[in-house]
Parts: sequence; structure tokens; C-alpha cells
Amino acid sequence: MAVQKLTIAKALNDSLRKALETDPKVLIMGEDVGKLGGVFRITDGLQKDFGEERVIDTPLAESGIVGTAIGLALRGYRPVVEIQFDGFVFPAYDQIVTQLAKMHARSLGTIKMPVVIRIPYAGGIGAVEHHSESPETLFAHVPGLKVVSPSNASDAYWMLQQAILSDDPVIFFEPKRRYWDKGEVDFEAIPDSLHGSRVARAGTDLTLAAYGPMVKVCLEAAAAAAEEGKSVEVVDLRSMSPIDFDGLQASVERTRRLVVVHEAPVFLGVGSEIAARITERCFYHLEAPVLRVGGYHAPYPPARLEDEYLPGLDRVLDAVDRSLAY
Amino acid sequence: MTVESTAARKPRRSSGTKRQAGAASAAKAAAATAQTHDDAAPQLVQLLTPEGERVEVADHPDIAEFAPFVADITTEDLRGLYRDMVMTRRFDGEATALQRQGELGLWASLLGQEAAQIGSGRALRDDDYVFPTYREHGVAWCRGVDPTNLLGMFRGVNHGGWDPTTNNFHLYTIVIGSQTLHATGYAMGVAKDGADSAVVAYFGDGASSQGDVAEAFTFAAVYNSPVVFFCQNNQWAISEPTERQMRVPLYQRAKGFGFPGVRVDGNDVLACLAVTRWALERARRGEGPTLVEAFTYRMGAHTTSDDPTKYRRDEETAAWEAKDPILRLKAHLLATGAADEAYFAELEAESEILGKRVREVVRSMPDPDTMAIFENVYADGHALVDEERAQFAAYLASFEGGE
Repeated sequence: MAVQKLTIAKALNDSLRKALETDPKVLIMGEDVGKLGGVFRITDGLQKDFGEERVIDTPLAESGIVGTAIGLALRGYRPVVEIQFDGFVFPAYDQIVTQLAKMHARSLGTIKMPVVIRIPYAGGIGAVEHHSESPETLFAHVPGLKVVSPSNASDAYWMLQQAILSDDPVIFFEPKRRYWDKGEVDFEAIPDSLHGSRVARAGTDLTLAAYGPMVKVCLEAAAAAAEEGKSVEVVDLRSMSPIDFDGLQASVERTRRLVVVHEAPVFLGVGSEIAARITERCFYHLEAPVLRVGGYHAPYPPARLEDEYLPGLDRVLDAVDRSLAY
Repeated sequence: MTVESTAARKPRRSSGTKRQAGAASAAKAAAATAQTHDDAAPQLVQLLTPEGERVEVADHPDIAEFAPFVADITTEDLRGLYRDMVMTRRFDGEATALQRQGELGLWASLLGQEAAQIGSGRALRDDDYVFPTYREHGVAWCRGVDPTNLLGMFRGVNHGGWDPTTNNFHLYTIVIGSQTLHATGYAMGVAKDGADSAVVAYFGDGASSQGDVAEAFTFAAVYNSPVVFFCQNNQWAISEPTERQMRVPLYQRAKGFGFPGVRVDGNDVLACLAVTRWALERARRGEGPTLVEAFTYRMGAHTTSDDPTKYRRDEETAAWEAKDPILRLKAHLLATGAADEAYFAELEAESEILGKRVREVVRSMPDPDTMAIFENVYADGHALVDEERAQFAAYLASFEGGE
């Protein structure tokens, strides 16, 4: 069947399976990805079907996982590594930033680094410390890396396919609290560009821009705003490096107002870059300054406070009202 | 510290560490460290003494395992190893001079480490793969990389300057120890491919303190990867001595990871060749990784930026000069009649030609094209890079006479 309704988790699993079937050079690596199938079961059943040489349980050593993935890529493999949680990526950050990101440039283009780093990220699942963070800016800031995050099952399936096919290293942020959300996946579709944005809901009064877990919040906010007679457009950015500024600009030129929403701290976040660029590009179109809604400049709080920390419907709608009030 | 005494020792088995280092005061701890090093007087594989005499297996059974790996070495081979070391030292000296003349921004000299690099480098097969740090000029020479290509990054015209796949010699890696993981991953790939080639990761004593090196040991051990970890323990990590990196001899660390470690006289080119061949054979046979600690000495500065007189004693340097790897082999070649003064003069003339070429090539290296800033950032392109490239090109074109 060409079209199926799947959870994001299952779509990712199907996508990995397809990649393993299609290209014998694709490898899955990470902690607990084999027998257990990953702590979120994204790699469930893959080792059983493709063996320990293709789906590799690794020592508990993140730098080692990424560092050896680089070596495997140099040997002609296409490793897809899983970092178990967002906050655990930092032991590997050196390898990602000083080695993985720069190998192509410093080799004057002779070396390709087709490595995908999957990271279940962001909050909302009541987890303990280091299990709920949104470090995307730290990667998007690094030349040589590409950074994406799907918000729905179809994108989860297709964007992961495209990331694995890319000869560039891709940091693939999976919104872990959306793993169980269902959506339609057309396995025979021609997918959107990996780095293009998508208008998730059309509107005329204001644009909400988001990616990953916040797209759903923004869609709910747009629906609530519609009940008050406000027409809010939602743009799913999908990619944080590069950012589809052309697509976003087109939306803002239609609506003349922009609010950017993400879970990561607002300060120097993806929203800051978007505010600056859209102000440059759309200065004469804007009816209000670009506003940002996001996390605070504080460590991610204990889970009992995360509902206050994370942008929810009310905080997004508040920003919508402030923008429309200009 | 017993650096000099241990290096000069004839090979013998370790007597093991009997003393526990558990003193509370700093002074006691320091004393215990020294004692620990002394007690653990390591096996040091040596086939050629500092005086240039061959070590006989009959007198030193410890080398019996390794000596056969150079049994095939002919007089001509010995001259070849000597030539490699002389040419490498000459190249290195030219580069140091060029830095002093302002032609290079920085240089990391290998002076004193020629035997460790040529001995291990000549043990390799063409299909083996090498992951160097940034001082492996002698290994690069053995791999057939044009030495002038090593100078681009130090002159500031590129970050590499050679195609790693041409000679199976990866780009220099500056972040300490990172490449040991790349080597291990590559070796995991070699094993997956069913190939019988091997991989060598070069690193220094300072790198042994890095987590990446420990992680590389772990991965290599658990996946039984065909990788040789070749540590050139040159006694100094910039100004930090080995006492600041380790409490037990480095080669012993391998045992805890589950593979063998060997300490070899790093100023003995023949011993380095033998031990590396032995380790490579193990890798090819599917017996997994090996740690080789080449016990050697960096005669010069860490790089042209530091001043070793501020952190080490002249007596130490002088003691190591007596163990010079080149003088050692020269003494051997002369004593055995394998080479005469005419040969050495001929070699001197050849090295002068290399020096002249190095000077000429470096001075004529063109600066990269300005737009190279934007090249190869991504393999598949990136909208932001495209945008910034176009903006920069327009900016340049805005000047009178701009392109």
C-alpha cells in the first residue's frame, strides 16, 4: 500500500529499514540500537533482520561512536548513528564540530562525510536532567553541518531517507514527544526538498514559524486564533541549516507579521537569526517587529516545571496578540 | 624521572610494580611516582644499540619474537632506511629554517623521531591506511607524499594539501587524539570488507591522556579491529612531561583494554620496523589491535612557537643526543662496511637538492583564490553559503577595477 498511517517512530523505523535494504554501505550505530531496538524502539527489529555487522551496538562512548563513524565513512560506509538523548551529545561535540563538519572543506572536497546523527531531542516527556534539551543552535552555527527536524510522520520517513543519501553530515533532531503522533506516509511520493520549508496551514494575518515539536503547538494556536477571527499561517521550517529564508520571506510578505517559536532558549537561538534576516529582507513589509517565543536563559528545569518553560498554546497566542497590536 | 636510564637499558622483562603509590603529601606522591617508573622498568625492544651494534637474540631472548621480522633486511635495505632518515631530517630542518624566515606560520619539527617514523612507515604495505597527527613527516615520506605538500597548511594556503586516498595517508589532525577514533572506525570498515590490510594511528604521549584515545582503545578491542596504535612517546607534550600524563608506562595500558602493548626503542629504526611489522601481521591475521610505544625524544621544540629551554634541562637533551637515531645507523653502516664516506657525501648532495626544491616550492606557493573561502563547505551545497558567496563577490566587484 502506497499510503499508510503511521506514528513518527514507525515511520523512522521504516525509513531506516529502507535505507539498510537499499544500500549495503548503510550502517546503524549507537548505544542499545541492537537487541533493544533503541530506548525509543526506533531501530526495533533491525539488528534481527540485518545482523550485528549492519546494526551495531556500541560501547557507551559518544565521542567514540561519532569518531569511528567518521572512520567508517572514510572507508566508504554511510553510518547513521543514534545519540541516545540530546544532552548526551556533548561528549561527541568535539568530533562533530572539529572533525566531521570540516573534513570535506579541509580535504578540498576530496572527502565526503555521509554521516547522519540522529538525536531524540527536546522536552515534554517528564524526563530527568539532560533528556529534554534543544541544542540545535549549537550545531546550526557550525559551517559544514546540516541540521533538520521533522514534525510529522511523512517528513520523518522522507527526510531521514534524504539525510542518509546526502554526502554532507546531517544532524537529525527527532522530536521525541511526537514519536507517537500518527500521520500519513506516502511511500511512493516525491518528497519535498530536505531543506525547504512547508506551509503547514495557510493564513493571511500573521506567520508562525516553527520546526519539530513546536509545529503542532503552532497549528493548535492557529486553530484557536481562527476561532477569534484571526487568520494565522504556520510555516514548518523543517531545516535549521540551511534555513529556507526564501520560503519564509514569501510567507511574511503575504502576512506582514512573524512570530518564531522554538523550545530552545530565545537568546542567540534560531529565532534570533530569523528575526535578523527577515528584518533585513522584509523591512518595508513588516507591520510589527519579529517576535520570538522560546525557552529561557536557564538550564532546562525539573520536569514538574517544564510546562511553564516550554512554549505552549497561551504563550504563542500571547505573542500573536502582541504582534497584531502593533 | 628515569627517562634516560630506561631508554639506555638493554631489553629485559619488566619486573612488575611492587610498590603501591599511595602517599598523601605531594612530595611523597612525587617520590612514589619516580619509584613506580623505576620498578616498572619496561621491556624495551632494541635491535641496534646507540653505539650501532646489533643486539644478538642469544644474549637477549626478549627480542626473539621481533628479530625475525627484520631477518630479511639486506645491506641495501639498511642504506635505504638511512637515506629515508637523512632526507626526512633535511626536509624538517629546511622547514624549521623557512619558518624562521617567515615563510611558514608554524612548524612542528620531528627532529629526533626519524627512526620511529621511518621504521614504522617502512613496515607498511601500500593498501594499509595511516592516520597521522601533525608531526608525521617521516611517515608521509614513506607513503610517497611529496614533502612539499606537507607545508601548505603550515604556510597557511590550505588545511591539508594532499588527497588522502592517493597514498592512503590521511590529512594531518591537529586536535589531539581525534584521529585514533577515525583510524579505529576505518579499521572496523576494513574488517567488514574482509580485507587483510591494516590501519595505523599515530599519536603522542600527551594524546594518551585524551578520552578519545581511551575510547579508540575500547572500540578497537571490542570489535577486534585491525589497527596498530603507534604512540611516539617523545617525553614532552609541549611543556608537560610524561609524569603529567601517566603513572605507569604507557605500553602497559594496552593490557587493561585486552590487547598487547610493546615498548620499543624509538631511536632504533630496525627495532621500530620489526615491532611494527609484528603488530601489522597480528592485525592482518585478525588478532586485533596492538599498542606500540616508541620510546623516543623530541630534540627540538614542540613547534616553532615554544622554547624548550624554559621547561627542560640541557643535560636531558644532551643525553638523548647520544642516542641519535641517524648517528646510530651510520655507525653501524660504517662498522660493517655497508657504506663508506663517499656514500654519505653522495647522500648529503642529494639532501641538498631536496632542500633547494623545498625552498623554491614553498616560496612559489600561490595564495588560494579569495573565493575559496566558500568552496567545499558542503558537498551538496547550502543556501546560506550560496547567498554569502554572491554577496562577497558583489562586494569585491564594487571596487574600481574589481572583477
